[in-house]
Amino acid sequence: MFIINCPYCGERDQTEFSCGGEAHIERPKQPTELSDDQWAEYLFMRKNIKGIQFERWNHIHGCRKWFNVVRDTSNDKIHAVYKMGERPPVK
Amino acid sequence: MSNNLRINKNNFIDHTVRISFKFNGKKLFGYKGDTLASALLANNIHLVGRSFKYHRPRGIMTCGSEEPNAIVQVGNDPALTDPNVRATEIELYEGLEAFSQNCWPSVNFDIGGINNLLSPLLPAGFYYKTFMWPASFWEKYEFFIRHSAGLGKSPTKPDQDLYDHQYVHCDVLVIGGGISGILSAKLSAEKGLNTMLIDDKNYLGGSTIYQDDDIFRIDNETSNVWLKNQIEELKKKPNLTIKNRTSVAAFHGYNYLLARENLTDHLSGNERKEKIRQRLLKIRAKKVVIATGAIERPLIFSNNDRPGIILSSSIKKYIDYYGVKTGESISLFTNNDSAYETAISLNKSGVKVKVIIDIRENSNSILSQKIEKTGIKILRGYTITNTDGYKRINSIEVMKLSKDGGSVVGNKITYKCDCLGISGGWTPMVHLFTQSGGKLKFRNNDNVFIPDENKTPSEQISVGSSNGDFELDDVINNTVKNIKIFLGLDKNNYENLDIKCSKEKQKRNIWLLPSNKPISKTKPFLDFQNDSTAKDVKLALREGFKSIEHVKRYTTTGMGTDQGKLSNMHALGIIADTTGTNMGELGTTTFRPPYTPLTFGAIVGRNVGEFFDHTRRTAIHDWHVENKAEFENVGQWKRPWYFPKNGETMYQAVQRESKAARESAGILDASTLGKIDIQGEDASEFLNRVYTNAWSKLSIGKCRYGLMLNEDGMVYDDGVTTRLGENHYIMTTTTGGAANVLSKLEDYLQTEWPELNVYLTTVTDQYSTMSICGPNSKKIIKKIIPSLDLSDESFPHMSFKNSKIDNVNCRIMRISFTGEHSYEINVQSNYAKDVWERCIEAGKEFNITPYGTETMHLLRAEKGFIITGQDTDGTLTPSDLQMDWIIGKKKYDFIGKRSLYRSDTIREDRKQLVGLLTDDPKEVLEEGAQLVESLEKPIDMLGHVTSSYFSPNLNKSIALAIVRSGKKLKGKKLIVPMENKNINVTITDTVFYDKENKRLNA
Repeated sequence: MFIINCPYCGERDQTEFSCGGEAHIERPKQPTELSDDQWAEYLFMRKNIKGIQFERWNHIHGCRKWFNVVRDTSNDKIHAVYKMGERPPVK
Repeated sequence: MSNNLRINKNNFIDHTVRISFKFNGKKLFGYKGDTLASALLANNIHLVGRSFKYHRPRGIMTCGSEEPNAIVQVGNDPALTDPNVRATEIELYEGLEAFSQNCWPSVNFDIGGINNLLSPLLPAGFYYKTFMWPASFWEKYEFFIRHSAGLGKSPTKPDQDLYDHQYVHCDVLVIGGGISGILSAKLSAEKGLNTMLIDDKNYLGGSTIYQDDDIFRIDNETSNVWLKNQIEELKKKPNLTIKNRTSVAAFHGYNYLLARENLTDHLSGNERKEKIRQRLLKIRAKKVVIATGAIERPLIFSNNDRPGIILSSSIKKYIDYYGVKTGESISLFTNNDSAYETAISLNKSGVKVKVIIDIRENSNSILSQKIEKTGIKILRGYTITNTDGYKRINSIEVMKLSKDGGSVVGNKITYKCDCLGISGGWTPMVHLFTQSGGKLKFRNNDNVFIPDENKTPSEQISVGSSNGDFELDDVINNTVKNIKIFLGLDKNNYENLDIKCSKEKQKRNIWLLPSNKPISKTKPFLDFQNDSTAKDVKLALREGFKSIEHVKRYTTTGMGTDQGKLSNMHALGIIADTTGTNMGELGTTTFRPPYTPLTFGAIVGRNVGEFFDHTRRTAIHDWHVENKAEFENVGQWKRPWYFPKNGETMYQAVQRESKAARESAGILDASTLGKIDIQGEDASEFLNRVYTNAWSKLSIGKCRYGLMLNEDGMVYDDGVTTRLGENHYIMTTTTGGAANVLSKLEDYLQTEWPELNVYLTTVTDQYSTMSICGPNSKKIIKKIIPSLDLSDESFPHMSFKNSKIDNVNCRIMRISFTGEHSYEINVQSNYAKDVWERCIEAGKEFNITPYGTETMHLLRAEKGFIITGQDTDGTLTPSDLQMDWIIGKKKYDFIGKRSLYRSDTIREDRKQLVGLLTDDPKEVLEEGAQLVESLEKPIDMLGHVTSSYFSPNLNKSIALAIVRSGKKLKGKKLIVPMENKNINVTITDTVFYDKENKRLNA
């Protein structure tokens, strides 16, 4: 059960948050111009890394803000937390 | 009461307080401070249960939480009885009643004992192998197998006890109140850190607190006296909390731990009343010190499971702590020095130690020298090959070990004894360390897995024997040294203590001791609770199981309620020996929480009954109750289901309500529908992107139905949204989808479209909604708000007006989910009941009929309106629902648009929504029933019924269904095969009633 440092509220228990899967998958600006394969890539394909992973989290039982988390899935260490729209910190 | 097994010599047991208890119906006595196990042993009762598979007689084997055999049923109250409780952990209280488990008719004569004779026929995997064939017989086998499975009896009535949860935050959590835990807690508290010390016993001090032999001295005091003084000082520390009778169950990441505190299990029935039984502590600690100690290993030899065979260190505790002799003539069997400590304690208490059998060729520690002086016979380089005695051990057979330990030589010697102490060395309790994600390393010289300090996942440290230190000086010195670094301490008083102790010098380990008989003729038990033997493990290896995890599951070794605390190391050792692998490479099985079993009560705490989940009630709920509504749970909401009158059945009530709504007027509490207030200059553009249809041109004061998709093109939610102002909308969602829709919209706003200036606020609870429908609805609204212009020109279908009822603002929408002329009144919730009652009063002359969700479902089904979640299941596109009209084809984009022409979503043979009419109009289909074209096998399933009702307005049965290629099958005959009959149906249009929508303006 991790402690997540919400960029808006500070450290809170994991039970206050929900995970929204892989981060930095931008919705295509012009979906109609994509082939089925390109759209499927956006829609379905997600990484499932053992190691450093970039994730979206939502402080759903708190400020309800979305933000990004850099987490090592092998040991649950959180290396960075940053707001939506910000660039991911360099590893 | 035979009390000749009691010796009066210590202050742990209060001999002035006699306690009576019952075991298997027999009244017995013990003293305050006893456990059930120590009291039974004092009464010379060793046989307490039968083993799981072979029903062999089993006795008390340990004195702690690792006990595999002495598990009992406590109490016989159907609500409070507690199965599988370890007799070694139950503190004796007045009136305690305990029963043996897994035996019938009694522990002394158990019919299941026949399994012991059949044991050659019951190898590992017996059930898997035997009950495979013929497959159709499984139903017959199952009954008998289920009957013989399981140990204790579950309570049959709801638990009346109170349980609690508590959050705990501390700087340092110390787990274990033995000498290393006491030292750690003391150093932490002296540094001024907020410290919590947890121990599962009712006293502190571990095994050192009763170690009074002068071989073990600290600063010129015997170790027990020294430690007692330390504990007295420790208890005075203001920044230290001590939790006794508390067991840490789980150690999760980020130093989050769960511990169960027993508050009343040691009290008599009267003292328990009104008190909380157990408390689950949810602990977040900055640093954790694991000082959980080690447990002694048994030795694996034939018939090592008889009552009277006890771990050597437990015999020592029974005599030194409880003052109970476990026998009159005790033999000891060991591979290390621990048994000598037991021999010294027994000798001092005047108990005859018959013989010590030590598998080592020699031993010359201080301990063994002291034993030699007492004249106790020691057989070095010997092993026990067999034991005898059915319900209690009465003799042992001893033979000399060969040099390599692989076999026995010479003649066998038989010794009589009524108790045998066994010691196979020590296993550090690394469970919590590995639960937290820590990795172990293997120490070859004494065969232990210990925490790898380089692979520790969080701010934690293991000290004492849980870290592999077994000698008193190592325990103290290493604990002090490591805690000093861990907590960043300066100099302290414990760094130069004068410690005297014995040091073990010789080691020898044989995982499976040899016998003069072939292994097939022996019974060397590994896992006492699950009755698996070394033979089973070897069989599993011969049958090709290699991984320790597979061997464990195949043989069930280590899968009892004790989780193999005693057996796992030997199973590993035997696998390593048999396969020629190094144990370190083999690794261990996974240690999973809980460390000891938790009650369900502790897990759920107060979240039972009405507190299990929130209950949401509308502002009009009380009126529904007064008017005898039956309620339906919709998510957390209580919604009126139907309003039976004069003993009507649900069917009768719904038929009446449905007719009234179409013939005159009906009223529905629709407050549970989700309501989201949408504001901001980009609100229209936002709606354009989330709904499939166009929103930019919706003028102020107008309402529009919208369908929301997932990005995969599947229908997600629907509802009517009203434009209240230039940049102001109110969106309604389904009752169940409200929270998710809000979250989804927020997600898009925050992450994909941050450029949109839009604010979302949930107002579901702030507004209540009542829907009045039927040809007389207009007259009723007119009576309530005479000033409101209700003409079709001023207030047409799909429009909205602000109004007032007295001084109360309300929003009135002319929208319809029934196909009738209808109005929805939205008011602030605290006025809702009053407005509702006015509607009822005003509607009296029109026989206004309150209706619930069932009638609502029926009326909308007559009109072919879908209910998302009932007619849809996340696999249907708007086109599948025959709702192509709602897709804004000219719109550049909306959520899910691109998915609507993926190769899969444009297939024509997708499942599609259709209407169904039964050939027999009286026949009502079952929702969920399958649809097929022909009954010829193999039968092709074409789809299923999603909604089905008897329509009183059409006087026939109607249904909605999803059917493969359904759109093309209009008029086609299908069959609904049921258990007793086949029902013929015809595919129709989805709209059954008022296809021209004339009634909307009626």
